[in-house]
Amino acid sequence: MKRFRRHGQESQRDRLKQELYQFNKTVEHGFPHQPSALGYSPTLQLLAIGTCSGAIKLYGAPGVEFMGLHDENAAVSQIHFLPHQVELVTLLDDNSLHMWTLRAHTGLSELLEIGRFTLTGPPGAPPSVTRVTAVLAHSSGELLLLGTEGGHVFIVQVPGFRELEERNISLAEVANSVPDDNLGHRNLEHVEALQENPANPNHVAIGYGRGLIIIWDLEKRCAIQHFLATQQLESVWWTEDRGYILSSHSDGSYCRWTFGEENGNDVEKSDIPYGHFPCKAISKIIQLHTKEGTPFLLFSGGMPRASFGDRHCITVIHNKTHVALDFTSRIIDFFVIKDGQLNSGGPSALVVLVEEELVVIDLRAEGWPVIQTPYLVPLHSSAITCSHHVSAIPLKLWERILAAGEQQKTNYSKKPWPITGGQNLAPHPPQRDLLLTGHEDGTVRFWDASGVCLYPMYKLSTAGVFHTDTETNDNHQGAEGEWPPFRKVGSFDPYSDDPRLGIQKIHLCKYSGYLALAGTAGQVLMLEVNDEAAEQTVETKVVDLLLGQEGFRWKGHTRLDVQEEPVLYEPGFQPFSLVQCQPPAVVTALSLHSEWKLVAYGTSHGFGLFDYQQKMNVFIKCTLNPSDHLAMEGPLSRVKSIKKSLRHSFRRIRHSRVSLRKQHVNNTAKLQEANAHLEAELSKTELAPIQRKVEARSSDDSFTGLVRILYFADTFLSDSSHNTPSLWAGTNGGCVYAIILRLPSVEHRTDEPITAHPEKEIQLMHRAPVVGLIVLDGHGSPLPEPLEVAHDLACSPDTQGAHHLVVVSEEQFKVFTLPKVSAKMKLKLTAIDGSRIRRVGVAWFGSSQSEHYGESGLVVLTNQGDLHVVSLPGVKLQVRFPCIRKEDVSGIASCVFTKHGQGFYLISPSEFERFSLSTRCLVEPRCLVEVPLDLGASIQGVKKLDGYLSALSETSQEFQNSDSSARCVMEHALLNDEEVLQEIQKSLEGDHV
Amino acid sequence: MILAAVLQFVTQTERRMSRQLQQQISFKALDGVVEVKSKFEAEYRRFAFKRNCPGGFQEFYTLLQTIHRIPEVDMLLGYADDHGDLLPINNDDNFNKAISSANPLLRIIITRKEDEPVGFGTNSLQRHKKGLGLTGLRNAGSLSSHSKSKIGLMIGRPQNFRQISSIIDVDILPETHRRVRLHKHGTHKPLGFYIRDGASMRVTPYGVEKVPGVYISRLVRGGLAESTGLLGVNDEILEVNGIDVTGKSLDQVTDMMVANSHNLIVTVKPANQRNNVMHRGSKNTGNSGSFGSNGSTGSALSHDSTGPASQSTPITASNSIVEGDSDEENDDDDDDDDDDDDGDLILESDCLMFYQNHNNMNFTSERLGNTPVVRNLQQSVSMPEYMAANLRAHQNGHQSQTA
Repeated sequence: MKRFRRHGQESQRDRLKQELYQFNKTVEHGFPHQPSALGYSPTLQLLAIGTCSGAIKLYGAPGVEFMGLHDENAAVSQIHFLPHQVELVTLLDDNSLHMWTLRAHTGLSELLEIGRFTLTGPPGAPPSVTRVTAVLAHSSGELLLLGTEGGHVFIVQVPGFRELEERNISLAEVANSVPDDNLGHRNLEHVEALQENPANPNHVAIGYGRGLIIIWDLEKRCAIQHFLATQQLESVWWTEDRGYILSSHSDGSYCRWTFGEENGNDVEKSDIPYGHFPCKAISKIIQLHTKEGTPFLLFSGGMPRASFGDRHCITVIHNKTHVALDFTSRIIDFFVIKDGQLNSGGPSALVVLVEEELVVIDLRAEGWPVIQTPYLVPLHSSAITCSHHVSAIPLKLWERILAAGEQQKTNYSKKPWPITGGQNLAPHPPQRDLLLTGHEDGTVRFWDASGVCLYPMYKLSTAGVFHTDTETNDNHQGAEGEWPPFRKVGSFDPYSDDPRLGIQKIHLCKYSGYLALAGTAGQVLMLEVNDEAAEQTVETKVVDLLLGQEGFRWKGHTRLDVQEEPVLYEPGFQPFSLVQCQPPAVVTALSLHSEWKLVAYGTSHGFGLFDYQQKMNVFIKCTLNPSDHLAMEGPLSRVKSIKKSLRHSFRRIRHSRVSLRKQHVNNTAKLQEANAHLEAELSKTELAPIQRKVEARSSDDSFTGLVRILYFADTFLSDSSHNTPSLWAGTNGGCVYAIILRLPSVEHRTDEPITAHPEKEIQLMHRAPVVGLIVLDGHGSPLPEPLEVAHDLACSPDTQGAHHLVVVSEEQFKVFTLPKVSAKMKLKLTAIDGSRIRRVGVAWFGSSQSEHYGESGLVVLTNQGDLHVVSLPGVKLQVRFPCIRKEDVSGIASCVFTKHGQGFYLISPSEFERFSLSTRCLVEPRCLVEVPLDLGASIQGVKKLDGYLSALSETSQEFQNSDSSARCVMEHALLNDEEVLQEIQKSLEGDHV
Repeated sequence: MILAAVLQFVTQTERRMSRQLQQQISFKALDGVVEVKSKFEAEYRRFAFKRNCPGGFQEFYTLLQTIHRIPEVDMLLGYADDHGDLLPINNDDNFNKAISSANPLLRIIITRKEDEPVGFGTNSLQRHKKGLGLTGLRNAGSLSSHSKSKIGLMIGRPQNFRQISSIIDVDILPETHRRVRLHKHGTHKPLGFYIRDGASMRVTPYGVEKVPGVYISRLVRGGLAESTGLLGVNDEILEVNGIDVTGKSLDQVTDMMVANSHNLIVTVKPANQRNNVMHRGSKNTGNSGSFGSNGSTGSALSHDSTGPASQSTPITASNSIVEGDSDEENDDDDDDDDDDDDGDLILESDCLMFYQNHNNMNFTSERLGNTPVVRNLQQSVSMPEYMAANLRAHQNGHQSQTA
């Protein structure tokens, strides 16, 4: 065959591959891992978040997202937008400054790095002289003030990063302009804060670590005023209205100083809000005026050290209201969004970035409710244990889920999302896609995954079905008269009540609204969508997967206790049937067939089939190898090994610490050190060189009976003339079981029992775990999903031609004929390149060139992190793309494919990366950000044409009709429109010719 | 003696079965009847005898002579074991082994002693054997040299041993390299070695460079790798089944080896370069190599799993083709014949009805297409219908004979 294939066909196939497959990582969903900096541009209405890994992410209106990554692998410590411009400056941990811009290109903005800069001190100066500790982007948009650890303030011209040496504010100059007696020859320490006077851009407040605050006039190059605090300075804030300066300090106090009075060098007011006992530092303080007169005072930290030193709080005081917002993780930074076009109004929303989530609080509404964030939602509010993607949800189910979700959002503010910068130009998503994530605490979250924003739709909790120890609601909050007046905010709660509740497998039928969930303690829960709240009990069946065989003792956790009394379930998915596997091992495979009303589940001991219509167990098969002791251990032994490895790593850390400390040895430490050294040596000998055992798989290996995949198919199993319903199961030991099902006719479905009996077994000789089973119809295309044909969404499978079974093991793809099972084709992977299949899915790829052409294929992720597409039914490798680092085991394990060639995987505990292998299906941010031109023109003039963006838009409609500015807008439009430019170019060239 | 051997077999099966979920025994072999189908030249004879009183080898030998009516002919006896290997019967021990492997069919192949010696060993019953499909170091035309292995120093007859390993492609590899083939499915021994990361020196166009390499780190005592003597600790692994491992991680190489474990071919650069195979002139090349003059006594090219360790001329699979019961073979699996792992075992419903919980017994997979060896007649193994019918007919026939 191969010999006769002509070259032309090959190249034609290559062209077709290019039309079908294309790899893109499109967008990151969720919350950035380890955020380290926050920035906000009131003019652009864009939010920027920097992370410890050097990424910066910009967010505006839902769907407007940009991402950039610094080449340096250093944490972003500060982000500053240049006022009224599309540029922003980032400061990294390695003391480098970076200039980024949002440049428009073919009508879309993209985030680009346009410059970098590192301060250079005089030769021979210690590095601390140029170590940047504070940055001020001056409102002129031309200057950047950089305060350093050495106490100097350097002034740099942007965007080109040109140092203006003559304008630098040196420590000596500052010391000269302040009377000596105040300083008392003390070291001023580093520059802690730089603030510009909102009323006069020439005045800059410079706060030094030791507590001195200088008001410096940039024009006159001298200090106008100085204030001296007694405590270490944490932050400085210049109020907009009456010329006050607020400073916060390390002892939990803040001071108010009056600016402008000749002799007002003394503190006007000083307060320790949570005083009496020692308090922690107030790291940032803000005061904002309102039209009504009483200002808002906001500050982070300042809690009493002994009693509440571990809380992460932001205090908001307005009028008589005083609330300490209590966050569940460390506060990175916060800012306040103000009302009005020019942000001149009062505060409307408080935006807080904490380590694990973004919380936005409506400061206008009574009680300061939280505003639901449309993006940056913490996916990991409880750890993600599994995920499931369903494409093309019917509108009806979609609306029911949305409605159920709406009813859950009672405590949220009605206010629309306040960050509205940029325009989302992405086309409306072609279909409604749902991503379901299962969590450790037994919840399932439903996300709208149709577009760029992964928007939370609905949250389902299964904990109510079971008795758990933590029924006692923590009602300690809201106790009257408590001081400080805490209020818990945020949804991040990583502490699971009971790890057995964890969701391990999800299967949703989008047509019938049935949902099957399987968990850590062998529970399989059937749920049905219901628009009304209902009080009901869940019918429970305990299923012995060992079939009563003696001599086995399960050493793992016990199964969950079921609530026997009726429970009130809120509208949405409500449980009606429960199967509990015995032994209660984690459920490793789950499949739901809503047309036959059957659910199949498997654990490391066997698998079962449950009829959820009649609520009867139909079939049980034990796959356990009797010599497999590990399978009876339960998850405990794993825990042990984790503990062991933790111990090892702690030892290593200790060892490295010891070596660090060597620099300053003292006598008392010597003995300790010797001991630690000895221990380190011991641990070294324990750690044998990394080696791998080369051994053929055998039937005696552990977990060979673990069920990896369950699959329902209506196919030819016993003879080639009648197709019958069947259940297929694949195990870790390379065995495939085929079970034939006899379903009663529809009218007798409720009373006649379903029978099942084993029909075939295939033991793959290479014994690799079976990870995928697919039946192909007579045309070689995969069988449609249940009910898909009934809803006219797929053509019925071809039953004229012979069906084929595709068995995907970790090592190879193999096609068998049906009903007589004999090997027809295969594709080896591991034997050739050593990679093993971790994830497999069936996807449909549409051609980018012709509307009607498309192919089904297998999408495969290997343990090397590579994505492959394998054609069906020919099982030939089509394309290969490296996708995930092979070291990122959890990322590879978390990968989930969609039916249209996209996929998701976790790049951190809180973030999904979305990728696409398809040329047709691509969800990526397409957005445009513009400077509001009225501001830009009036304040700035037109200085950087290419920094601004093309085409006039709605936002510039309210533009004043003055001649000059209109002209510059026209200039903008012309100079930025590529077509116009090209035309001009052409005409110029034409002249030359 | 015989009884003891049978007893040993019984305990073996018991041990095996104790691993099964239920103590349900399904081996027909214990029914006490051994069906024999013997072939001499083109003639077949079928008969049966009681398992517990088979007598010794000599008795069996004369029985065969009588049955085939060849009383004056000197014969060599061979039988097909459950791996499809042709193994010799020439004493009481291996005769008992042969009987114990019958379940219940025992296939005997008789050859004249003066005939061309039969190549016993793994895969010897295979019909056709394609080349290894190795890439890289192969020279064009190297496969065409199909010369017979030269009989060198001969202590035991090579045909008396089952091949478990071989050195191959000696003629096309550099002398410093060694390509070793391990025949896992002829033995129950574990492969038995560990590999590790290491650094290797390579000569590149830019000079000598230090590159990561993979080495054998440990041999398990009693394992296949150790017993062959062909692999040693600190040997560098260059290829696995013809695929260069350069740039592959330790885990990848491990997975490749496991995936190929049924027929593992590793190309190594031995740490001990003193035992290298020397080329002995162009005439003598072939798939087999022979020792250099300084060859130490410890290692041999081809080892036996049952007989005494001895030096013997290697028998490579390619020149030892023995036709089995060709009338029962089907030839429809040419498609992926180059693979040895196509022995997926397929069980059909009739057995599954009986043994719902037999929990997948310890089947060592066989090449069903070529050598249909059926362990348990109650399980209909996927094979052509006529064949199964054939077998069933035999069974019935014998029962009536023995009854």
